[in-house]
Amino acid sequence: MQTVETRLRTETITLNMGPQHPSTHGVFRMIITLDGETIVDLEPVMGYLHRCQEKIGERNTYLQNIPYTDRLDYICSMSNNLAYVMAVEKLAQIEVPERAEYIRIIMVELTRIVNHAVAIGALLNDLGCFFTPMLYALEERERILDLFEMASGSRMMCNYMRFGGVRYDLPPGFMPELKSVVAALPDFIDEFERLLTDNEIVRIRCQGVGILPPDVAVGYSCTGPLLRASGVDYDIRKVDSYSIYDRFDFDVPLGTNYDVYDRYLVRIGEMRQSVRILEQAIEQIPEGEVSVKLPRVFKPPEGDVYHRIESPKGELGFYLVSDGSTNPYRYKIRSPTFINLIVLPELCKGHKVADVVAILGSIDIVLGEVDR
Amino acid sequence: MSREVYERLVEEFPETSLEYLEGKDPAISVKADDLFEVARHLKEKQGYDYLSAVTGVDYPDRFEVIYHLYSMKEGPGPLILKVSASKEQPEVPSLVSLWPGANFQEREVYDLMGIRFAGHPDLKRILLWEGYEGHPLRKDFPIEGYQTIGQEESS
Amino acid sequence: MPFLNDLFVNLSYWIHGFLARFLPLWAADLIMMLLTIACLIVFALITIMLINWLERKVIGRFQDRYGPNRVGPLGILQFVADAIKMFTKEDITPANADRVIFNLAPVMVVVPTFLMLAVLPFGRGMVAADLNIGFLYIVAISSLTTIAILLAGWGSRNKYSLLGGMRVVAQMISYEVPMVLSALGVIMLTGSLSLVSIVEGQSRVPFILLQPLGFLIYFMSAIAEVNRAPFDLPEAESEIIAGYHTEYSGMKYAMFLLAEYINAFIVSAIAATLFLGGWQGPLLPPYVWFFLKAYAIYFVLMWLRGTLPRLRIDQLMGLAWKFLVPLALVNLLVMGLVATLTQGKGLFPLVLASLVANGLIVAAVVIIYAFAMRRRRQVEVAA
Repeated sequence: MQTVETRLRTETITLNMGPQHPSTHGVFRMIITLDGETIVDLEPVMGYLHRCQEKIGERNTYLQNIPYTDRLDYICSMSNNLAYVMAVEKLAQIEVPERAEYIRIIMVELTRIVNHAVAIGALLNDLGCFFTPMLYALEERERILDLFEMASGSRMMCNYMRFGGVRYDLPPGFMPELKSVVAALPDFIDEFERLLTDNEIVRIRCQGVGILPPDVAVGYSCTGPLLRASGVDYDIRKVDSYSIYDRFDFDVPLGTNYDVYDRYLVRIGEMRQSVRILEQAIEQIPEGEVSVKLPRVFKPPEGDVYHRIESPKGELGFYLVSDGSTNPYRYKIRSPTFINLIVLPELCKGHKVADVVAILGSIDIVLGEVDR
Repeated sequence: MSREVYERLVEEFPETSLEYLEGKDPAISVKADDLFEVARHLKEKQGYDYLSAVTGVDYPDRFEVIYHLYSMKEGPGPLILKVSASKEQPEVPSLVSLWPGANFQEREVYDLMGIRFAGHPDLKRILLWEGYEGHPLRKDFPIEGYQTIGQEESS
Repeated sequence: MPFLNDLFVNLSYWIHGFLARFLPLWAADLIMMLLTIACLIVFALITIMLINWLERKVIGRFQDRYGPNRVGPLGILQFVADAIKMFTKEDITPANADRVIFNLAPVMVVVPTFLMLAVLPFGRGMVAADLNIGFLYIVAISSLTTIAILLAGWGSRNKYSLLGGMRVVAQMISYEVPMVLSALGVIMLTGSLSLVSIVEGQSRVPFILLQPLGFLIYFMSAIAEVNRAPFDLPEAESEIIAGYHTEYSGMKYAMFLLAEYINAFIVSAIAATLFLGGWQGPLLPPYVWFFLKAYAIYFVLMWLRGTLPRLRIDQLMGLAWKFLVPLALVNLLVMGLVATLTQGKGLFPLVLASLVANGLIVAAVVIIYAFAMRRRRQVEVAA
């Protein structure tokens, strides 16, 4: 953006989109330097929700850490559970029974749909639709949260996965309800798309805004829908397949213009692919055990391990160092949204203040995970 | 797979002391002085363009910084680099100029562990506020307790 | 029916006659004027109650939920609860704010709103002041609101409010031009600025049939004038908290809210007057028709608010200057041509020619737009 040198002395003002703000998705602060309405520099300040979970993780036993992982990204508690549980299983080399694997996949894909619905609803809410898309998105989320409650006893902080399987088997009313939810989902996604994809105002607010070229995205360690909307075909479920994802048939939607609109389209595409995986999982799920008997005092062997999964927001990884005792020696969470935020200043320079909100909404942050 | 990478690295940098560490995730241990060159070779010649995680660990005798690298083309299997730093003056070269995504992660390791990164453009605390004393993730930082920082408020 | 039709007019004559019996004429006139003013103010307050309730219910239904339904049957007393809340809130003034300007701004916002109510024709013979410059008066008074909002933004000593205030000034000034230009088409057809004459000029055919394009342009500009979605950037809740009324609380905030809702109502009423035929209509009394038409347009405003996201400031300005102003000028030109050519030939040729002319303008716009889109796509592909 060219600035013209004139005799008129203009100054830049510093705007503080402070920790309390309706559209920063939590307590997140951005210090923006503005020249008129155009952004010259942006500095994100975080840490308002820092609870030092990594130190708490060292104090807890391995089993006690599972409810703490729920509170990381509080919208997708099932996938956080899965990442941690799989990391410990890799460390202690525990085999998981078939039925438990299928149940885990079902829960994680339902979580992916919930997360993308909320993310799109929040993005459009920030663009100014006055809550209407958010409430449409939350409609289906309610049914899925009821499913979670049926299985695990809680809507959001599920605490459902355990080392070697899941805590409870599915109750008898679960499968019929799941089938009806999955049957209703394609129509819901279509309705959502009809409201928003061809809306002229959404297009002009989102297209051409926040363009992230693929090599910059890889250099800045972006993952998740952010990376795939920049055209990089990297989905951990396909590249570094874990659990039983290699048995399912699904595509990975990619973006072509690398802007906010593409990130929105990628999320809608991923919702559709999740529905495909759910349909296949419902057909293929076998009967059997859902958990494995572990010793009362669980002491995994010494060593260190890093395991990552494709959570709805990106690559969620756990790095565990064990010294043979009941507590982890080092418990590190590789949080996708924290690292996706590194690219925020790059994306925002040269745009207007109104675009910052759209770009932040497209990165889709949850402060519990950014700050841990 | 990382065995071959290790062999190639040893060929490329014969005078550095690289060690191959076995385990569930095999790793390559590098000295702090050679880290930048080795990392640059890995990124440019061997195609490890994606830095996934930067972790700091507090062992009883040393600090350790662990880098998990992936290659977009090759796919699975991380390449793990482990660098040691001394307990008194922990300092490691910064890799921000190679992978900009290391920016916030190195700040976090500095903030919570106290390991300095030489060459980082803006090394300051990220999750805790400026003026906080102490580095919480170190083993000598207590798990529980009260801490008064700064001056007492005069009521 | 004739009794109901002229109910208020007869009532005012009767009161006037009653007063003139024992008071000198000038006193009776004065009391009638004060009564009219009191009626208008009460009408404004009742309108805002009704509008507030309607807005929350209707937008709630758009979002697939009930609106307020606890306080009173169907939630109709919700406004009373809100009003009590507004009255009892603490009145906070920021420490560095410019006191005079800060306190003056809410008053300055409300007064033009009430002033505009004076020239609206509510029914046959029911207008407070039949000015022969009716429409010009409305345009002039609505510009006062712009200054008041800028004062609110400046006096708050707050960067957010200042940003909001500056955006409002830019937006309101830009959108007055197409608003006036599109209304000029109507004024051209009637030859008079007085709103009463405009309504009477539509006795044969409402002007929306003659100038559909003019109606659309006027409608869009009017939405932008009153800062409603999708043009509500100055009070963009998700970006700059609440723009120019961030720092106001309690009664002063209530003033801004009052002004906003009544402005929106007035603008729908004027659209109904200019284009839909005002109080004319079969069967029902005239004032009922007036309210039906005004609320029908207000319903469309609520519909837009619940559905569309908001435009960015540069897109907003671009829409006004690059699209609406040229279109309004073309509309004026073509309508003038049509009106002159079909003068004296009767009603039907006028309607037909107007519709055909409007259709041609729309077709021309679509063709130019498609052409520009194709050019832009070619440029993008080449780049």
